[in-house]
Amino acid sequence: MVVTGIGAFTPLGGDAATTWENLVAGRSGVAALTEEWAEDLPVRIAARVAVEPGEILPRPLARKLDRSAQFALIAAREAWSDAGFETPATDESSKLAPERLGAVIASGIGGVTTLLDQYDVLKDKGARKVSPHTVPMLMPNSPAANVGLEVGARAGVHTPVSACASGAEAIGYAIEMIRSGRADVVVAGGTEAAIHPLPIAAFANMMAMSKNNDAPERASRPYDKARDGFVLGEGAGVVVLESLEHAEARGARIYCEAVGQGLSSDAHHIAQPEPTGAGVARALADLFERNPLDKSEIVHVNAHATSTPQGDTAELKALRKELGEDLDHILVSATKSMTGHLLGGAGGIETVATVQALYHRVAPPTINVEELDDEVDAKIVTEATPLPEGRIAALNNSFGFGGHNVVLAFRTR
Amino acid sequence: MATQNEVQEGLAEIVNEIAGIPVEDVQLDKSFTDDLDVDSLSMVEVVVAAEERFDVKIPDDEVKNLKTVGDAVNYILTNAA
Repeated sequence: MVVTGIGAFTPLGGDAATTWENLVAGRSGVAALTEEWAEDLPVRIAARVAVEPGEILPRPLARKLDRSAQFALIAAREAWSDAGFETPATDESSKLAPERLGAVIASGIGGVTTLLDQYDVLKDKGARKVSPHTVPMLMPNSPAANVGLEVGARAGVHTPVSACASGAEAIGYAIEMIRSGRADVVVAGGTEAAIHPLPIAAFANMMAMSKNNDAPERASRPYDKARDGFVLGEGAGVVVLESLEHAEARGARIYCEAVGQGLSSDAHHIAQPEPTGAGVARALADLFERNPLDKSEIVHVNAHATSTPQGDTAELKALRKELGEDLDHILVSATKSMTGHLLGGAGGIETVATVQALYHRVAPPTINVEELDDEVDAKIVTEATPLPEGRIAALNNSFGFGGHNVVLAFRTR
Repeated sequence: MATQNEVQEGLAEIVNEIAGIPVEDVQLDKSFTDDLDVDSLSMVEVVVAAEERFDVKIPDDEVKNLKTVGDAVNYILTNAA
């Protein structure tokens, strides 16, 4: 199974190529929130998308889509076209039966801004003014359903939900759809649009967010001693997964192989990471047990590393436990230092970044590491660094509140 | 009291806002669903916007009878306050 298309709509760019260019250059997408509603919040920074979706989508369509679905649709269109397909998939040139096409797009929180905005409409203007589009906009499966409609997917449209692991779980689910024979091609990824005072206040009250309001671009600092929580980001990342046979038959450009996924759950705490990394280690062990992947092939890890004091180092302990000495030659990158944390969108954009890292053979940097945490026992990339020649593999880790652990593996061909 | 032209123009602006159809295409004989890309959910938006603009009540039971722009114009002209 292979990746044949990528699309990204992120704080660093309106497409995958621009996002990658800015990742490699080490640019931050974080900025101060200038909206009036942010004035009294304890956290007044976030990573907004670089391009407003209203500049891309026609207004009649945009007004029927939650912001999270707008992001997903734009990224999915890019990935779809990047894979060489036309819309809709029934087009003869696609050489693809809609019955063999799936869509799996996840979000951690769903249409939360639609829900909250329409609640304001209800309170301020009355029941009659609540939009008839509210339910199809706020339902968490809306991005998946809209992407499915866009490409004409009939093999199945799905939305796994596991907080900040959702995007990665979607891609893992898509891999299983193809592996089990349900589909030849699946459009998969994650999206999130939760920059609104309520989620920000709620996350801040969990002590999960950085309060470095005075230095937005330096606030997201995984592995640095001074890290004090994550910075909320928004956007979407989508890939087109395809069986190798199908991709070769239509002469598609192949980015890399999608090797498989490893999964586990912590059974530890509803929101705290398991401090020894045992749960994450079990997900890694599951990956190696169920997939033909040699640990020595792995040269790069796009870490979950959200810039929280506990989580970043617990993840590294797990990598050390499962990879042993192989970790010594692995370049670990925390791209959330630049994009912020996209929650359910993280697994999507970080899978796109992992695929690009393998394709271009470059590990993107982790920015804002001024003083490395003493507990860090791995090679953290702080400047874009070339990856070796030959057959190489990379991992993308994603973990979510609730104790969900997802590890995705990709490999050059 | 609005004239037929004023109501038609007002509806055209509403349909343009909601469905993106050019105002000049919103003619009396046009079907909301078949010609103007207004599905059943968007039709509710058109109705609510028309109620506010023309100070008229359009009960839910009545909406299914408003198949064309002309149907809506006639209903509004007959029932506006």
